[in-house]
Amino acid sequence: MPEPARAAARSITLEVLRYRPEIEAAPVWQSYVVPFSEDLSVLQALQHVKDELDGSLSFRWSCRMAICGSCGMMIDGRPRLACQTFLRELLPGPVRLEALAHWPIQRDLVIDASGFIAGLERIKPYLIPRQPRPLAAGEYRQSPHELELFEPYSACINCLLCYAACPQFGLDPGFTGPGLLALLHRYNADSRDGGRAQRMAAVNAEHGVWSCTAVGYCSEVCPKAVDPAHAVNQNKVNSAIDYLRHLLAPRGAPP
Amino acid sequence: MSSGTSPPARSHAPIFWLLFGAGGMLSALFGPALVFITGIAAPLGIVIPHDLLSYPRVLALSQHWAGKSLLFVIVALFAWHAAHRLLHSLHDLGLRIGPATRLLCYGSASLLTLVSAAGLLALGF
Repeated sequence: MPEPARAAARSITLEVLRYRPEIEAAPVWQSYVVPFSEDLSVLQALQHVKDELDGSLSFRWSCRMAICGSCGMMIDGRPRLACQTFLRELLPGPVRLEALAHWPIQRDLVIDASGFIAGLERIKPYLIPRQPRPLAAGEYRQSPHELELFEPYSACINCLLCYAACPQFGLDPGFTGPGLLALLHRYNADSRDGGRAQRMAAVNAEHGVWSCTAVGYCSEVCPKAVDPAHAVNQNKVNSAIDYLRHLLAPRGAPP
Repeated sequence: MSSGTSPPARSHAPIFWLLFGAGGMLSALFGPALVFITGIAAPLGIVIPHDLLSYPRVLALSQHWAGKSLLFVIVALFAWHAAHRLLHSLHDLGLRIGPATRLLCYGSASLLTLVSAAGLLALGF
């Protein structure tokens, strides 16, 4: 965007894909003109619409600082967080806003993420100790290397941008998907955890890591630099080793 | 995301993925050099002598156990790599991948593997 055009921008048009199930059978586009300023985020522009122009517009938000993962949406066709995306990057507009791709739309920019929530329960995203450990035993000790193995994957905020980026999830919503697989890996890769055997079934399934074709767009759109593609790739190796081990020693296979 | 309480069935994808990966690494390492040597350099006599791929030489290569293994591994793993890649490309293009497509892709690779093994063995040691 050349400087003069940026300085000249006084307003910007938002084109929002609206869906109100009680009014329309299929989503429709609606335009809103909002005042432009250099420091205005897409989320603030939507809040302006809701407060000043049209109170019926629905969207999710909470923290305004890329921590809560609520305001993910398609912004000019890319999955992004509305709070982290500034209108100055999108001049001269119009800016097209849609609900996150590949998810059922509940209303306007709000998706139905119940499939993800159900998946969260299945992958057991919490530390499962190897054996019961009393508080008196003190803290777990981890080397910097052991921390490095899982720390990047612990930054996930469940914003689902990676799902909107994943063509395989788009083709087959049964796919466990990048976010859940990265989170699963975060616990499997933790030296304090002993729950790997319980999680491997989810990894080994066709809808586990094996639906991934290593496109890598998930890692590109991740606002927290989690790199789910790398987590999935590591687990393809883990799953292949697990497969061969199971083949060679079906009963006595170590966990 | 599939639901249900029983654990999901184990996928047999690792077999094909391992063959695909091995073939991919081999083709990345040797593919371009092989195309250059067998397709350009040897026929035109650039860099390497024109008779490098003459019948007696290639026969000798394919009768030595090491040459035989190398040729087999290259033909078979390249085929498995290609079959897997084609299958997934068809899926990406939106085709529903059923048993027939799977059979066609992996069947061709199996066939090529068998044919190359039989051919190499028939040449003797």
